This record gives sequence, C-alpha cells and structure tokens, in this order.
Amino acid sequence: MSDLNKLTIAEARDLLRQGDVTSVALTEACLTAIEGAGKLNAFVHHTPDLALERARAADARITAGDAPSMCGIPVGIKDLFCTEGVASQAASRILEGFKPEYESTVSAQLRDAGAVMLGKLNMDEFAMGSSNESSVYGNAVNPWKDGARELTPGGSSGGSAAAVAADLCLAATGTDTGGSIRQPAAFTGTVGIKPTYGRCSRWGIVAFASSLDQAGPMTKTVRDAAIMLEAMCGHDAKDSTSADLPVPDFEAMLTGDIRGQKIGIPREYRMEGMNPEITALWDKGAEMLRDAGAEIVDISLPHTKYALPAYYVIAPAEASSNLARYDGVRYGHRAKLGPGDGITQMYEKTRAEGFGPEVQRRVMIGTYVLSAGFYDAYYNRARKVRTLIKRDFEQAFAAGIDAILTPATPSSAFGLGEMLDADPVQMYLNDVFTVTVNLAGLPGISVPAGLDAKGLPLGLQLIGRPWEEGALLRTAHVLESATGFVSKPPKWW
Amino acid sequence: MSEIDLDTARKVAHLARIAVPDAHLPALAQELSQMLTFMEQLNEVDVEGVEPMTSVTPMRLKRRKDGVTDGDMQAKILSNAPDAREGFFAVPKVVE
Repeated sequence: MSDLNKLTIAEARDLLRQGDVTSVALTEACLTAIEGAGKLNAFVHHTPDLALERARAADARITAGDAPSMCGIPVGIKDLFCTEGVASQAASRILEGFKPEYESTVSAQLRDAGAVMLGKLNMDEFAMGSSNESSVYGNAVNPWKDGARELTPGGSSGGSAAAVAADLCLAATGTDTGGSIRQPAAFTGTVGIKPTYGRCSRWGIVAFASSLDQAGPMTKTVRDAAIMLEAMCGHDAKDSTSADLPVPDFEAMLTGDIRGQKIGIPREYRMEGMNPEITALWDKGAEMLRDAGAEIVDISLPHTKYALPAYYVIAPAEASSNLARYDGVRYGHRAKLGPGDGITQMYEKTRAEGFGPEVQRRVMIGTYVLSAGFYDAYYNRARKVRTLIKRDFEQAFAAGIDAILTPATPSSAFGLGEMLDADPVQMYLNDVFTVTVNLAGLPGISVPAGLDAKGLPLGLQLIGRPWEEGALLRTAHVLESATGFVSKPPKWW
Repeated sequence: MSEIDLDTARKVAHLARIAVPDAHLPALAQELSQMLTFMEQLNEVDVEGVEPMTSVTPMRLKRRKDGVTDGDMQAKILSNAPDAREGFFAVPKVVE
C-alpha cells in the first residue's frame, strides 16, 4: 500500500485492526516523508529509532487484541511538551540541550495509548507568536504556497500544522494560549481544537500563560480530532486546574444530527474593513448549518473589542512570572561570565542571550504591568475585563445558544517575513477571533471551510459551551461534511 | 498615549533580569509604549463592581494529602544543570 502517511487516524486505525497494515509500515512511511520535507522545517528533533521501537510494540499490542484507537498511530509532538530523554526546547535558545527526565501527562497518555512519536515539532519560541518566525530553529514553512511566495504556517503551533497538512504524520499535538492551535490549522487547511480549560493536563507542558494554556490535537479531519482529543484528556492529580470529569467517547457523538441546535453569529466579529472573502465564507458556513437543521441566531458579545488588549496584559504578566525559572541554574543555557560577574550578571546575560526579541518584549511588558504602582491600572483592570468577556458568553449560552460560529482568522496565510517590520500589535491582530475563547476558558475548533481567490485555505471557528466538546465536534463534523473541503497542497518540497 | 522613558525601560529590563545594552533602550521604550497604548483601550470599559477573574472555570482547586510523593532523584534533578558539582547546582559567588 502506498502513501500510508496520507491516511487519517480513523482509516489507519481500521486498517491496523483488520491486520491490513502494520504500525511499523505506517511509521516508516511517515519517517520517509519527514526525511524528504526538510524544506518545511516542521520536525526539529527526529526520533526515528524510538518511533520504530514504539511501532513494533504497538503492532504487538494490536496482534494481542489490546488496541486503543491511537495504538500504532504515528504522531508529531510540539516542542513545548516535555518528552523523556528527548530534547524539549520550546523553540528557545535558553533550553538548549535540555532533555527532560520526565514525560508530560498529555504525551504520556498518547504514548500509553500506543501512539508513536516521530519527533518534535517547530513552534514560536515559548509559543509566543502567530507566524512561527520567533523560533530558534528558524521558521517552519506552510506547505501551501501562493505562487512562488513562501507562506507562514501560522503560530505558535506552526510546525504541527505544517506537518499534518504535508502528511508528515497522521496528526500532531498543539497548544493554544490565544489561538495557537486554531490559527495555524486555518492557515494550513487542517482541523485544530482547543478544549475547555482544564480538559487536558498542563503538567509537563512548558508554561506560557497558565490561566490560558491548553493542549489539543491538530488533525486532518474532525473525526480524527475527536479520537485524538479523547486520548489526550482526563483528570491529572499533578495539575490542580485539571478537571475531574469523565471523558466522553467524542467519536460516538459525531452523529451528523444538529437539528434544533442554536448557532449564534456574534455581530461584534463583523469588523470594519474585514476581508470580503472571509465575510462570504462565514455567511456560507451559517447557511450550511441552517440547511442541516440548525437555527441561526444573531447574538451580541459586547466586550469582544477588549479581548486583545486584556489578553496582552494577562498573558505577558503570567509569562513574566512563569519564565522567571529560566535563570541559567537548573537547566538549559548559561551565559559565559566575565571576570567579577556575580549572580545578577549571570541571570541578566543568560536571559538576554537565551530569550529572543519577542519573548524579551513580553517578559518585560509583563514585568511592567505587574510592577508596583501599575498592578491595579493594568493587570487588575484586565482581569475585570476578562470577567466581563466571559459573562458575554455565559449570557449567550443562558439564552439557549449551543455554539457560536465565527471566522478563524482575519486573512489566509501571509508571506514569511512580511510582518517583521510591522509593530508588534499588528501581529497580535491575528488572534482577534480566537483570543476571546481562551479568556473565557471555552472549547473552540477551527475547521477548513474553503479556499480564497489565491487558492489558500480559510477556516471557520466554532465555539462551544464549557465541557461540551462532544457537541462542538458534532457541529464541526456537520460543517466539515457540508463544506466538503478536501484540497491538499501540491507537493513542492 | 503612554510614554515609557529610557529610565523606566532600563528599570523594567533590570526587574526582568534581562541585560539590555543602552543603545537598545530607545527602541525598547518605544515598543513598550506602543503596547501600553494598545492596552489603554481597557480604560474605556466600565468595570465598576466587577470582580477580577481568578479562575476561569468555577471549580475549587483539588487538595491532596500533605505528604512526600517522590524523592531520591538527585542525579535526575542535576542532569540538565549547566554547572553541577558534588550534588549541588553551582552558581557564581553570592556572598562575600
């Protein structure tokens, strides 16, 4: 069988269970695809030997009849996840050489379910960015191209998105603090879901903004997202914010029936000067859901406009605190010291050398908004606005709304290097449709919904009620079927 | 429009323990000012009587028994240290 790397998780699982394919064969197909895709710079740490060893073990499990859905499925892991004995750098120079002695809960759950890790995936440094250009490894490249123009795969989970879109793996893990799963998914024609805050354990995932960070799967289809999410979720005593709730069989909830569901269209997301192609796609998505029996309702989320500024206070504040641990003492990079340098110089030089410009910027802005005299004016005010943003959603759900449909991004993928001269705030606007979801702790999914005039993928976002990922995936699955998106980028790499 | 001056930029860099050469301070001050100006949109919102969010999901943090759950892994803990000696993390002299 050829092109095993192009299979979906669901297809591969069924073939594995029928004995028509082995995990070793799937894994070898992916390893070959990865070897030939250096130009995409998606995989930054390769673990072929470990992958084949796990594939053989998975095959043995499948033969023995003990095979969870993810057993034998080759996946990529974002570099933000700590993986035992395998470099885990958060795409930062400051974690150069760091090989964790432990495995993150999410990657351990995937491993224990039999999934095969192929290697670690590129990302923005410490997940801070929307273009994968802040990575110490250099940027990942979108397999989708606009003529000769090379495009960003989005960020921060850019390597994950590029790898899934280019069929280098069957699926990948991502993390999402302000849109870092959903924006790259939209830019690459793939599916990405950020579950409710607390669904996936954050233990062992390098922390960026702890009250916003969530892990989630990046896949080729909504069904695959359901399968992989189930394997990633669950209560973990090692993360005090992890929810002690049963994890449903998400795949079984993909019934295709959304009759009577109320889908909200928030008027504040219709922004001035919005790309007409995005507006048209959004309208078409709403029509498709209506045709499937859902009721489309205009709603208002009045504090939407303030989500980005609130986010850019809260996330850097938490980051400045979380990243204080990178001091050149316990792990990673330590600067060479001059004669007479003391411990303060060691910290300052280490962090100046180890953190890239965007991370430095965010750590410093976070330091400023938390400093004496500014804490109330910035940080506390942002947390109050966050309460109001969450209340907007609560009121919509209380009025009977089941899910909310919005665009995923303000544009299709932009060119690499195009935003480098823009001021940082311009780059932050990429998150305008996704960041509210993190602030409110809700589940959100990006589904590929069409191509723009340049032939590049565009995504739509569905936002669900807390803990109702199953219903959200069901609606996303109906949208996916209705749009019939099957386009793949032509191979040029 | 918020204006961060050079002294404030220098102070923030020091609080963040990031060495910033003097030549880079004007650019840093300008970037920080831009970001703060963006954040100041929040001043338009009426937050009178609104509680600052402490937990995004309405649940109590779980407690566990106060007991030792692991230990005996000195080598593992030191394995990634840039400078480890005799079972300790080594740093430049802190006190004279």
